[in-house]
Amino acid sequence: MTSQTPPAEPTPIAVRLEQVMVRFPAHPAPRTLLFDAAIESGKITAIAGASGSGKSTLLNLIAGFETPDAGRISIFGRPATDVPPALRPVSVIFQEHNLFAHLDIATNVGLGISPSLKLTPDDRARIERALDDVGLAGFERRLPPTLSGGERQRVALARALVRRRPLLLLDEPFAALDPALRHEMGDLLAALQKKEASTILLVTHHADDVRRLADRVLFLDDGKVALDEAAETFLKRTGPEAVVRFLGARSQAS
Amino acid sequence: MRAGFMGADRIGRERRLTRGLGVAGLAGIALFVGAAILALSLAASGNGAPAGAGATSGMADAALFDRYVWRVTRFTLVQAGLSTLLSVAFAVPVALALARRRTFAGRIWIVRLMALPLGLPALVAALGIVGIWGRQGVVNDLFALADLDRPIAIYGLAGILVAHVFFNMPLAVRLLLSGLERIPGEYWLVSANLGMSRLQLFRYIEWPVIRGLLPGIAGLVFMLCATSFTLVLTLGGGPAASTLEVAIYQALRFDFDPPRAIALSALQIAVTALLLLVLRWLTPPVTEALTTGRPVRRFDGGSPLSVLTDAVIVALAALFVAAPLASVLVAGLASDLPKLAADTQVHQAVLTSLGIAAVSAGLAVTLAVAMLTTRQILLSPRRPGRFAHVFSGGVAAGTSLILLVPPVVIGAGWFLLLRPFGDVARFAPAVITLINTLMALPFVTRVLAPAMATHAARTERLTTSLGIRGWARIRRVDGPGLRRPLLMALSFAAALSLGDLGAVALFGSQDMVTLPFLLYSRMGSYRTTDAAGLALLLGLVCVVLTILGTAGESRERAA
Repeated sequence: MTSQTPPAEPTPIAVRLEQVMVRFPAHPAPRTLLFDAAIESGKITAIAGASGSGKSTLLNLIAGFETPDAGRISIFGRPATDVPPALRPVSVIFQEHNLFAHLDIATNVGLGISPSLKLTPDDRARIERALDDVGLAGFERRLPPTLSGGERQRVALARALVRRRPLLLLDEPFAALDPALRHEMGDLLAALQKKEASTILLVTHHADDVRRLADRVLFLDDGKVALDEAAETFLKRTGPEAVVRFLGARSQAS
Repeated sequence: MRAGFMGADRIGRERRLTRGLGVAGLAGIALFVGAAILALSLAASGNGAPAGAGATSGMADAALFDRYVWRVTRFTLVQAGLSTLLSVAFAVPVALALARRRTFAGRIWIVRLMALPLGLPALVAALGIVGIWGRQGVVNDLFALADLDRPIAIYGLAGILVAHVFFNMPLAVRLLLSGLERIPGEYWLVSANLGMSRLQLFRYIEWPVIRGLLPGIAGLVFMLCATSFTLVLTLGGGPAASTLEVAIYQALRFDFDPPRAIALSALQIAVTALLLLVLRWLTPPVTEALTTGRPVRRFDGGSPLSVLTDAVIVALAALFVAAPLASVLVAGLASDLPKLAADTQVHQAVLTSLGIAAVSAGLAVTLAVAMLTTRQILLSPRRPGRFAHVFSGGVAAGTSLILLVPPVVIGAGWFLLLRPFGDVARFAPAVITLINTLMALPFVTRVLAPAMATHAARTERLTTSLGIRGWARIRRVDGPGLRRPLLMALSFAAALSLGDLGAVALFGSQDMVTLPFLLYSRMGSYRTTDAAGLALLLGLVCVVLTILGTAGESRERAA
């Protein structure tokens, strides 16, 4: 795993996308997405925008689930464009189905250490510790369907913790949770980020998540990076139209 | 036809009519099957010694009888077990390969090919299988080229197994594939992110799904094979390879030994009852997670070796299923079709078959609609009465009664019941039509019940509050809303009836000939070119009907 840890001299840039192009031939209409961005390390960056603006595609590109038609991606200074998903220094958490429903919690977390589940006693201790960190001590033998949605997401977070990958990608991780749980999960995420000093990329369509968690914001509009700025600046915006809609609709809802 | 939750006074008469029809339908089914069973048990108690012979030889006959019944029962279960094992073992790799390769050219055609055997009459398939695997078949021709002396003998256990795998492997593939395709798309992304190997993907993702489906699929296939009649009759090749159903038929039709038929029928019912119980116990409740509809993208199976193995597996399965179909087509086209078209006996058979199919399909759909609507009316009050629950259970039991009491058993009962009134062939059309109706009911209700429930949920309150009823309601609301499922149910039921040999085998005679019966007798009298032409005709009609019947299903699933 040494190849995946960041170089000794940490670059301030965690992810760099240079002229990364993805073409969708004929969805309803042919679409071309073009990304140019630099994401700082050690911070929480929110990827915001309306649905269909390309948020998930951007995340898939960084995770390696999507291959660009043109352009270059580098992660912590290393070229990553053609690196398969498992070899990138990246952990991913989706909105749901992060856990294999038929495997118990400890096994689901253990898969993050070794997909063949060859676990040493030391590994088992790490799993316990990670579950403790996310407030789920003693849940080892439970099955995912017996947990609430929020608890399942925390297990996914525990798995990301034991994987020790420096970059954590979250694709609308709170979207299926009710407001109280969203807050709880958000606080947990912020606390863990401080402790591990990791880099987090958070796809969201909630202005609330930006307000509570994000240091920086990448705002996408129509398949392009429209804004790349500090969260405070972003939240004070009164234009353009798309940003106002993003901020307005959500603050009223919450 | 249907009545509402509210405003019961205005449409009370309609409701009463529907309810009367539904209750009468269920009672009719109970009466029809009950009479057959009663006739069998009366005949049994009236006959004393099981073999029906003189008192002196009674003991020896009984021992012989026991041994025969035991052998038939054992063969029934053994062939069903082997058929299940082979079908499922073959289906698993095929389903895995098809699930892994989601976008190759022709995939949709292979999936469709897997649906074809379902609609094919067993007799037609048997002919196609003989064309490929028989003594003069393609496979033995290939062996002969290699200077081997036609090593494959199709008649007997081997033929039964090949035929059962031909029918049930594709069924298992389709059921497994739809299970594998329900795996949440996130699983493949998470596993790619975690770096799982091929083996680990199988162990953590694919196998748990398959393991969950296997008991239900294996149970279903076992049930189908244990009650298989036509294939065993045509490919069994003699008393050594006889199942309970075929033995009942032989006892009545050839040996005229009603006591034996009765004993075998009782045994058959006991076996199917046991199987149904086990099947219910094996099939786990569906606990499928709702997926987010994320498009599935898989990152495994990229290596050339993996692509090659999957291609070989899928190609073998496709060849195995397509070859007998092609054989039917080729032999059929080579037969003297104009001569068949001029044959008056063929005309007679076509007319009889079409008549029976039309009436039994119409009757099955009418009965199902009446019973399902009645159940809906009875269960609609907030606190349904006792009768409502009894009726509801009755509908569930009545529509699947044919699974418990196979067609041959019902046929045997009515055969005995009608014999005192003269030539049984006279009553044949009515009995066959009713048996075919019962055979179609499980499928028809499976198509109609969910469709009618959805339709009612969408329209019931609105039509009732607008006061739309009677003919206007059928024409404007129920007709358009339920047209597709009704047509599906009709064509499926018609195909089932057209291809059925089980009910007609007992009653058929010179004067009472259906298409499958004519095909069977031409096969029996070695007029093989005639048989090939008839098989093509029958196969085409049934397959077209089944495609019509299932077309809506796949379209709805795609939506």
